[in-house]
Amino acid sequence: MKILRLKDFWAGVRMGFPVCVGYFSVSFGFGAMAVAQGLSVWHAILISATNLTSAGQFAGLTVISAGAAIIEMILTQLVINSRYALMSLALGPRFGPSVGTGSRLIAAFFNTDEVFALGMARKEKLTAAYFIGAGVIAAVGWTSGTAMGALAGSLLPVSVRAALGVMLYGMFIAIVVPQARQEKPILISVILALVFSCLFTWVPGLKAISSGLAIVICTVAAAAICAVIAPVADEEGTE
Amino acid sequence: MNISIYIYVLVMAVTTYLIRAIPLVFLKKPIKSRFLRSFLHYVPAACLTAMTFPAILYATDNIISGALGLLVGVFLAFKNKSLIVVAVASCATVFLCDLLITLL
Repeated sequence: MKILRLKDFWAGVRMGFPVCVGYFSVSFGFGAMAVAQGLSVWHAILISATNLTSAGQFAGLTVISAGAAIIEMILTQLVINSRYALMSLALGPRFGPSVGTGSRLIAAFFNTDEVFALGMARKEKLTAAYFIGAGVIAAVGWTSGTAMGALAGSLLPVSVRAALGVMLYGMFIAIVVPQARQEKPILISVILALVFSCLFTWVPGLKAISSGLAIVICTVAAAAICAVIAPVADEEGTE
Repeated sequence: MNISIYIYVLVMAVTTYLIRAIPLVFLKKPIKSRFLRSFLHYVPAACLTAMTFPAILYATDNIISGALGLLVGVFLAFKNKSLIVVAVASCATVFLCDLLITLL
């Protein structure tokens, strides 16, 4: 049993390696940005090691450098990271009843967009060991990239630092476009989210809503519309 | 008021962790509702899209470089290039574009 789990763990690590490399480059941007906003190298590393989120950390950085109230930090994270709750909701049944509470408590920490996608794409039975394996290697890339970016950040010219901020969006594009290309309903959800997001950015009145909350509204509206017009197949294929 | 950075980081980490852990620990049976399953299926792509656009246009010194970075990223992702290629290429596009604009 133990050996089986270890095998799953290493399978996860292997599958997670490309994510590790991708995270390294994106979090390099985060590290450089954190130092540019006055954080120490150690603080930047600490944030990445304890949070393992992309958008949430970028937003958290803004809250910290603004010296805003703690409640604002909680609200920002709740709103921006709420999609993880939805991913955990989908992941829970995918694990099935054989994965206990202890394993779930550990796996939860590693539930990022990419590790989640790897877990859901697993053809064989999804074990906690596989998921945690992929998560650990991803976290290693994320944290070490932050460290490198923070160390190099103070040496880089401002123009390079500004460009590094786009890394995050590049990563999101790399995740979304292939999915939208493969599945037409996902393409529709992407177009809807795009239109809603533009409305919240440019239409007077709607502009007043904070960007974090706007993202949640756009997401919920787009996903709900697609769930009605293109429900997924009745059988999930697990269990 | 001067709040220690450690408090911020702790609050940030705990909030994020609880968002992930609570649904994972308390929901062990498959979701019955077909609507809810469909909804969850569409959330990730919709969320990442809403975060990326139009924010990417304002992430750089000017809109043109952000737009070009987006176009290059979408094109490469459409060609099924890897995460790192897409991210680095968008980034490089923005850098070169900003550089050109400063020089002109």
